[in-house]
Amino acid sequence: MESLDAVSSEIIDAIDIADSLDALEAIRIDALGKKGRISLMMRELGGMNAEDRRAAGQTLNRVKDDIATAIDAKQKILAAVVLNERLEAERLDVSLPSRPHTDARLHPLSRTIEEVIAIFAEMGFQVAEGPDIESDYYNFTALNIPPEHPARQEHDTFYLPADAEGGRKVLRTHTSPVQIRTMESQDPPIRIIVPGRTYRSDHDATHSPMFHQCEGLVIGDGIHMGHLKGCLIDFCRAFFGVDDLPVRFRPSYFPFTEPSAEVDIGCTRQNGALKIGAGDDWLEILGSGMVNPRVLENCGYDPEKYQGFAFGMGIERIAMLKYGIPDLRTFYDSDLRWMRHYGFLPFDAPSIHAGLSGGGI
Amino acid sequence: MKFTRNWLFDHLETDHPFAEIIDVLPMLGLEVESMVDRAATLAPFIIAEVISAEQHPNADKLRVCMVNTGSGDPIQVICGAPNARAGMKGVFAPVGAYVPGIDLTLKAGEIRGELSNGMLCSEREMEISDDHDGIIDLDDEAPIGTLFATYAGFDDPMIEIAITPNRADCLGVRGVARDLAAAGYGRLKDIDTSPLEGSFDSPISWQLDLTPADEYLCPLVSGRAFTGLKNAASPSWMANRLTAIGQRPISALVDITNYVMVDLGRPLHAYDIDKIDGDKLIIRRAKPCETMTALNEKTYELDEDMLVIGDANGPDDLAGIMGGERTGVSEATKSMFLEVAIFDQISVATTGRKLNIHSDARFRFERGLDVTSPEWVSGYVARMVMDICGGEASHVVSAGAGTAWQRNIFLAIDKVERLTGIEVPKDRQVAILELLGFSVSEENGGWQVSPPPWRGDIDGAADLVEEIGRIYGFDHLPMQRLPREHVVAQPAVNVKQARPLRLRRALAQRGLTEAVTFSFLAEKEAVMFGGGDDCLRLVNPISADLSIMRPSALPNLLSAAACNQDRGEADVAMFEIGPVFFGDKPDQQRTAVAGIRHGAMAPREWHGSRRIVDVFDIKADVEAGLSALGVRRDSLQIEEGGPDYFHPGRCGRLLQGRKLLAQFGEIHPSVVSHFGLRSALVGFEFFLEDVPLPKSRGPARSYLKMSPFQPVSRDFAFVLDVELPASQLLRTIKSAAGSLLSDVQLFDVYEGENIATGKKSIAVTITLTPEKATLSDVEIESISNAVITAAEKNCGAVLRA
Repeated sequence: MESLDAVSSEIIDAIDIADSLDALEAIRIDALGKKGRISLMMRELGGMNAEDRRAAGQTLNRVKDDIATAIDAKQKILAAVVLNERLEAERLDVSLPSRPHTDARLHPLSRTIEEVIAIFAEMGFQVAEGPDIESDYYNFTALNIPPEHPARQEHDTFYLPADAEGGRKVLRTHTSPVQIRTMESQDPPIRIIVPGRTYRSDHDATHSPMFHQCEGLVIGDGIHMGHLKGCLIDFCRAFFGVDDLPVRFRPSYFPFTEPSAEVDIGCTRQNGALKIGAGDDWLEILGSGMVNPRVLENCGYDPEKYQGFAFGMGIERIAMLKYGIPDLRTFYDSDLRWMRHYGFLPFDAPSIHAGLSGGGI
Repeated sequence: MKFTRNWLFDHLETDHPFAEIIDVLPMLGLEVESMVDRAATLAPFIIAEVISAEQHPNADKLRVCMVNTGSGDPIQVICGAPNARAGMKGVFAPVGAYVPGIDLTLKAGEIRGELSNGMLCSEREMEISDDHDGIIDLDDEAPIGTLFATYAGFDDPMIEIAITPNRADCLGVRGVARDLAAAGYGRLKDIDTSPLEGSFDSPISWQLDLTPADEYLCPLVSGRAFTGLKNAASPSWMANRLTAIGQRPISALVDITNYVMVDLGRPLHAYDIDKIDGDKLIIRRAKPCETMTALNEKTYELDEDMLVIGDANGPDDLAGIMGGERTGVSEATKSMFLEVAIFDQISVATTGRKLNIHSDARFRFERGLDVTSPEWVSGYVARMVMDICGGEASHVVSAGAGTAWQRNIFLAIDKVERLTGIEVPKDRQVAILELLGFSVSEENGGWQVSPPPWRGDIDGAADLVEEIGRIYGFDHLPMQRLPREHVVAQPAVNVKQARPLRLRRALAQRGLTEAVTFSFLAEKEAVMFGGGDDCLRLVNPISADLSIMRPSALPNLLSAAACNQDRGEADVAMFEIGPVFFGDKPDQQRTAVAGIRHGAMAPREWHGSRRIVDVFDIKADVEAGLSALGVRRDSLQIEEGGPDYFHPGRCGRLLQGRKLLAQFGEIHPSVVSHFGLRSALVGFEFFLEDVPLPKSRGPARSYLKMSPFQPVSRDFAFVLDVELPASQLLRTIKSAAGSLLSDVQLFDVYEGENIATGKKSIAVTITLTPEKATLSDVEIESISNAVITAAEKNCGAVLRA
């Protein structure tokens, strides 16, 4: 019988220098396989007396365990080598461009309208709507702008042919007709905003024949111009995200409000750049006023009983100011380069809880 | 409305700095649009004398001038002006001065070896005129060392304010001064409006040729004659003011009428008596087809709705708009008849609009004048005319009964506070109204207020509140939060209004970018997309390309795609949600949802995902859109065909029962090429109003049963007629497979080799999900057989060998 120690160290040495999983497997079979050298020695134990067998058996089992442990350890090492070789072979140039994905964008106008809605929703407003093709009555007369009133000239109205009854149709020049439609169809209290398309026949660097406005109307008990001030200051500060934004109310004139006020917000202009916030200059952003008693009468409301305020703002204007969009005309160009730059990602819905400004992405 | 500081101070006595007055104007409702202070830009320019002007040793056209600026040593200046000469007085800009006309700040330097320490200036260099023939050559008595701006009368800043349509009274400087005085910024000075007794009878008299029903067109007119006039250039104070506000001085008489119009907001008209035919000026409606050449040298054809003033020869004044050329004054005028009239505002506005004449007079007349002015302005103007042009004035002649302008408006004591929330002391309310010219008398619980004759805009108590509020100051408005009706805000949009918000996101997730295009388009394109109705054609379009309301949002998206293509972005995927019009009634406006894809689905790139867009891309878009609105896909049927702007063989309709929901397909190649597009274009469109609202079941979802058993899949390949729609086969399979069917996927369509002509092969995989126990082979076999039998029976489909 070979010396167990010699066999053991021979096998351990062989394991040590094995350079492949196959070689290691051959060593395992040669040592521990059914006909392996260690297995054969185990078999020889049967011919020994009990005492010798126990002593030899213990020794042999220890050697067998040592060899198995050595093989396992070596196998892990060799498997790691093999895996590393495979991984090396599978190397890719990850600097190659990824698969294409198009991030489509939402328009700054619909985005801005949603922001406006989100803010006014907080103040208890509901969205109301009306048609783009209006009668002369709803667009003008009911709003206390009789025919040939000088205020009409400022509207640059688009006209459509008279209908069968001779009524003149216009493309609404403002969202204000929805004030009338709302008051005609519901009783106070009223808190509505009306975002929508409006039209004026003017086309130059600062005017588009189609643009968007958002009207607001509040009618209720004891609603006075102080509420108008509070409501619009709250809106402006929330919309522009400037807590201490100065807001100024300046007397003005709209036929459908009395008293009327233009609303200015504070800003600074430096080297052609405009910054919204406390500063040395003012920027006009919306028109407002207490609903003219004539308008209330036209809607069948008793002006002695009900009063309230109305306001209107240009959506493009506030979007341009907030998002630094320099040119009004580009809103309607559908230029994909512009949309990629000024548009908004679809998952990014403005909300009071998650923010109104889109995080700049 | 433009005026100058000194002009304002003719009417306003004030200690307040001018800058403060500029700041307060907007807070009174008088928006300052611009201010030009030439004294500021001309501040460095002083009057100087050229002591000597010697030839420059190194330049033929230059002179070396020594200039006496009135202080310190003479300064050497190199000057190239041909008129520079010793002894002349000119305008000198020292080193450091900014010269606006050449946009340069002067530095000391050398010109061809000679020192130059400043500049002698031309008018153009100071931007006071275009004159650049030489340096300014002032009178000998011009005082050396004084500011040129002061000497030349340029030290009176010009202010331009925007006047809202209600404030006709502020279309005169006096009205602006009155507002300022009421707000506590000074005292409104008195002007002499006392009558001036004439010395002879006017050779011209008025004749109102108006029916009683038409008398409102000219309720009051006055006039008077002047003789012995000398109509030379107006005095420099008047010419300077008119120049400052951008009006060219013409002659004293014309300038006086223009001056008074700006001064008092009161347009006047001057006739040359020698040119009037007869002794009457007749105020009447124009006769049909009558013509008249106005002062702007244009000839107008008149109609019966227009009010004119004429003589025996015919009309020669468009009442309240513009005088006539024939009877107007000229430098030769010796005798003038001056008209001070009140005309109906609407009549002036209508005539002005019809004739498209925009004049300063029309602007004021249609906004409303002081209806009593024919009574009082005559003396004021007569004194001015005689001061400037000499001569004598006649007695006043007038016609018309005047306007009943006096009215009382009750102002309750708490009205201002009720409407504005501002607490204005009682006596301050009264004082403001009185300073604005209202008369106020106390009555139970308030005041009776009578507006002055120049405030035709005052309609009711709310207007009085505005007057008090704006003069007291909107700064006093309290900041009052809107009372909150719900602690947790309610939704601002209803179920219908919420749909576009959701839809927009769904379509953008599909890769379609949102566009906002015009609601109008060119007629040709409207017709191409089923529109072109006469009632939707704009009467006054801005251009032919934007002349009719759109019947579909697709054409504008096609135009947008073409623009992008021409800018080098041929791969376009876009949608729009916006109005389309099928008539001019409110219920004929619908909300279109339209999307297009043009070019390829991906850029050229190395993964090979680039593929030209096709009908199935856009079909997926429209399905995604409808799903986002809660339309269940299995509730939709599909039908071939669509409007003729689609490719006839590549378009379809999605229906629910018989109700059309949406159309999609490849756009007809001839339409695509009409828009200049170079690749295939697919599109869809539907109208939000057509899509039913999902039945409201509340927020809770139905109970979900999830099977614990393994699903099994089976593949089938059927051969069937090429004409048979795949949807029919799928529908058949779905109903045949029964309740265990959880999914059907069509995974292959094949025509060609091994398939008979006129046939196609369609391969589907069905997934069965057992509910109670794992399916046995027999059960699977039985379902498979049912599918095969039904396919054969309903679709003539044969299982492929």
